[in-house]
Amino acid sequence: MISNEVGYNSKVEGEVIVTRADSVINWIRKHSVWPMPMGLACCAIELMASAASRYDISRFGMEVMRFSPRQSDCMIVAGTVTYKMAEVVRRIYDQMGDPKWVVAMGACASTGGMYRSYAVMQGVDNVVPVDVYVSGCPPRPEALLDAMMKLQGKIGNESSVKNLSKKPESTGVS
Amino acid sequence: MIDDDFVKALLEGRDFISVKHRVDCLTLDCLPDSLIGFCKHLRDDQTFDLLVDLTAVDHGEEADSRFQVVLHLYSLIHKSYVRLHVACPDNQSPSIPSISSVFPAANWHERETFDMFGIKFSDHPNLKRILMWDDYPYFPLRKEFPLAGIEVPLPAADVAEVTGADVDPAPMMGGPFVASGNGRMSEAEPRAKDESWTEESEKPL
Repeated sequence: MISNEVGYNSKVEGEVIVTRADSVINWIRKHSVWPMPMGLACCAIELMASAASRYDISRFGMEVMRFSPRQSDCMIVAGTVTYKMAEVVRRIYDQMGDPKWVVAMGACASTGGMYRSYAVMQGVDNVVPVDVYVSGCPPRPEALLDAMMKLQGKIGNESSVKNLSKKPESTGVS
Repeated sequence: MIDDDFVKALLEGRDFISVKHRVDCLTLDCLPDSLIGFCKHLRDDQTFDLLVDLTAVDHGEEADSRFQVVLHLYSLIHKSYVRLHVACPDNQSPSIPSISSVFPAANWHERETFDMFGIKFSDHPNLKRILMWDDYPYFPLRKEFPLAGIEVPLPAADVAEVTGADVDPAPMMGGPFVASGNGRMSEAEPRAKDESWTEESEKPL
């Protein structure tokens, strides 16, 4: 008899799953990304739209927006980063627990955008390490969702077990 | 109603003001020393009780009177504006009296004008920078200040130490940066008008 079952078969495999620790850890992490909305300008409006019912970021398991850096692991920098605000962005980033990721949402956060000016930092990657850049001014919610799925792909390929014993690169700013 | 009689009555006995023009609204030159008293008169006796805006103009380093503070007052009774021009007497350290005692709304406007132009408002209750950080050494809206900015350290020394970042002049190649506003969304992003030169290749002459 040909079995049509695919995937885990409890009759054949019992109650044991064999896999790699990295796969399990990454699978858990990437499906419960808790974003920290660093809303600095109009991109934050699109960020709110992605969380609302029409685009619904919770389809991808990342709807738990936390306004405390201590409870979140993905900072979405949505908007224009001025030099005065860059300090705050870095301090909040340092208050997030490891592992943590950063998404630069929109032209301003990625490169300074149209603000070639004395007051605007030309890209938030000057102060925090960015994992995914999103183009657009502002990006549509679909673009942000695509970026978050790209981030999930990146999280899925990390060497999480090795990283557990790795020393942090910088001591950070308190 | 702002008519000739109104202006004539306003000027009578006040040699510290003069009519500059009446193109869009009544525009008066006012001497700095008499500004507070005249603002009080406009507010209490002439119903110009709404301070709409307070800013300044930099006429350039060569100008006789370089900095000029501009006030817009509105009267809800007359339904019209009065504009006051106050020339700052000293080009090196410009200063005029603060009118925040007459119009409390002027408080932050004067702080912004101080932040951007370096004009001091004497007797201001809290004259410190409002947009740029406190240690910023320049006044960005002065004529000699470049739009791209001038290199200075980041406001927070510990962040600068960890990240190696500082305040750099912004790259200005290809500017201005405009969004075309039509066509496909992917092509309507703000971009440089002149993309023929970059940081690597020189601007063609």
